[in-house]
Amino acid sequence: MYRYDVLDKEFLADRSAEFREQVGRRLSGELTEDQFKPLRLRNGLYLQLHAYMLRIAIPYGSLNPTQLRKLAWIGRSYDKGYGHFTTRTNLQFHWIKLADAPDILDHLASVDMHALQTSGNCIRNVSADPYAGATAEEIDDPRVWAEAIRQWSSVHPEFSYLPRKFKIAVTAAPKDRTAAKTHDIGLHLKRARDGALGFEVMTGGGLGRLPHIAPTIREFLPVQRLFSYLEAILRTYNRHGRRDNIHKARIKILVAALGREEFARQVEAEWEKIGPGPDLPDTELARIRAAFAPTAFETLPSRSEVFDAAKAANPALARFARNNLKPHKVSGYSIVEISLKAIGETPGDATSDQMEVVADLAERFGQNDIRVTHEQNLVLPHVKLDDVPAVWEALAAVGLATPNMNLVSDIIACPGLDYCALANARAISVAQNIALKFTDQDRAEKIGELKVKISGCINACGHHHVGHIGILGVDKKGEEFYQLTLGGSGAEDAAVGSALGPALPYDKVADAVDTLVEVYLRERAEGERFLDTFRRTGVAPFKEAVYADVH
Amino acid sequence: MPTYIKWRDGRATLVEDVFTNIADGAGMTPGEVIVSLGRFQTEGEALLAEGRKVGVRLTSAEEAEALAYDLPRIAVVALELPKFGDGRAYTNARLLRERFGFTGEIRAVGDVLREQAVFMVRCGFDAFEPADGSTSEQWDAAAHRFRHVYQRSADGRTPAFAERQG
Repeated sequence: MYRYDVLDKEFLADRSAEFREQVGRRLSGELTEDQFKPLRLRNGLYLQLHAYMLRIAIPYGSLNPTQLRKLAWIGRSYDKGYGHFTTRTNLQFHWIKLADAPDILDHLASVDMHALQTSGNCIRNVSADPYAGATAEEIDDPRVWAEAIRQWSSVHPEFSYLPRKFKIAVTAAPKDRTAAKTHDIGLHLKRARDGALGFEVMTGGGLGRLPHIAPTIREFLPVQRLFSYLEAILRTYNRHGRRDNIHKARIKILVAALGREEFARQVEAEWEKIGPGPDLPDTELARIRAAFAPTAFETLPSRSEVFDAAKAANPALARFARNNLKPHKVSGYSIVEISLKAIGETPGDATSDQMEVVADLAERFGQNDIRVTHEQNLVLPHVKLDDVPAVWEALAAVGLATPNMNLVSDIIACPGLDYCALANARAISVAQNIALKFTDQDRAEKIGELKVKISGCINACGHHHVGHIGILGVDKKGEEFYQLTLGGSGAEDAAVGSALGPALPYDKVADAVDTLVEVYLRERAEGERFLDTFRRTGVAPFKEAVYADVH
Repeated sequence: MPTYIKWRDGRATLVEDVFTNIADGAGMTPGEVIVSLGRFQTEGEALLAEGRKVGVRLTSAEEAEALAYDLPRIAVVALELPKFGDGRAYTNARLLRERFGFTGEIRAVGDVLREQAVFMVRCGFDAFEPADGSTSEQWDAAAHRFRHVYQRSADGRTPAFAERQG
């Protein structure tokens, strides 16, 4: 893992000092709330329905045990003993006092963490494949590039007052676990025929009110030219992105208005003028790359007798293994997914106690490495198969062994009306109601991969547009209603879902999902996921069944 | 005489402003003046012929390229920020310095707040008319907030990756 050197640490300390001074000016009354707002938003501090919310950056979703323990401690000391992991792989505390915020940032800085650029119209926390360094699918380690982007984007002199927020994802595997095509820029590492490493550059994706899947504007960008090319994209956007309407200010609107070819042409023309000046020297890339060198893996057989025996003796462990373990590139190791979607709980929430258990497990069994996924789960990327039974047992003891990865109850939901000032409707309890419909784990496994995503308003923080089943909360004359969309995907086969029909009242949503699943089970052909069946049959059978039930 | 903040040799100091800002439609005054791009395009030749220094004001919608061929004759480019969140002026400033080699004054006018000092200095601004009443001491402190920077920019500061190479 990358370790902050003295420069990185001093940079964070300076930032923290600046924020302390700004909070001081607010508390003394020198700044009004209106004047303070843009300053606090630069530091991830939002004013929500009940309290301040502090959003802490977890660059490319990567944490070490010391950092996770610090988050747990902050949760216990300054919040209500829990935190919420977000789809940007950040962590939010929802019950923060303004006067505590500077101290919290100092505590974070002490473990090389911060809340910098987790809000505001700037380049936000960069995301990367949570299986980076562990999956055999990848052709390079995307964290190297994500870390370089983290540095380049930190207090960028030119691109900190963009028309709107800006999100970048990096992936290096054919299976996209970052939702790259829903980002302002998605970077997909590829190798050319001659072996050279480059990026496929996708630009102009985004969700929100007007969802767009990012088109490719360059098939192959040599990796050494990444930063000059990013500057060309950002400069084109900074100059020409709309600033007259906040809802049309994302780069997706500019790309769509100009068209992919014209936008690409403008970027290429600017890139040519910029030249290689902003590109990082190879020595710096090599320095960062060295920080992500593989840790010492043992030479182990591909099967573990300990693990196989434990599975045979314990069906619950076997079920966990079927759903939550993913293949590791090194024989005898496994990627372990930790679900933060316990049935009936809030998606993405983790208590301080749970965080500490995960930190301990990462230290004892997981090479000090923890990842956060954009689907609001955690990952221990390097666990020996021999150790899986012990890891599972420890997770189960604190309610973290829910065997539902990628299944119907592994739901993304935004905080919704329970916390958020923007929301029109609840999202968390909708997720809970749906999960409770599928407590039969055999049935859930039979259903297979099914991504349900719920947003409490049109801003789409719950990514509903790209849910296999998407659910959007709307307000109809003071009542919560929910629009369902089907067939979306945020993965490599990205697509925006299409509307099922008229919005449903709150108490009909979980039943409707149940009905949709029944239609899928009836209609599906061999090997088809819900998404595949929907794409083959179209909306008709689903629509018919749901609205027949309603009437 | 009115004053503004000038950035010289890495320090912010308060100086007297010899330039008069001429609004569109307002009468011309004698001495050094700053006019809009439109007015410069129609009256610039005549003003320069009088031997006075002339500055040009660009709105955030106007692009530095429009001045490329006039820059050697221009003393000041004033970049307007209609509101602090409009970041187009940063691109204009960098291009003036890095692409067009402008060595005259680049002045920030409009909704200019001390929190922007770091960004502005890094992009090549060297003159500021703060809207928040910042003193030169406050501006100086804000501009020196960070001991390290991560990017190459118009200020020529050594970025972290070059510092690391020693």
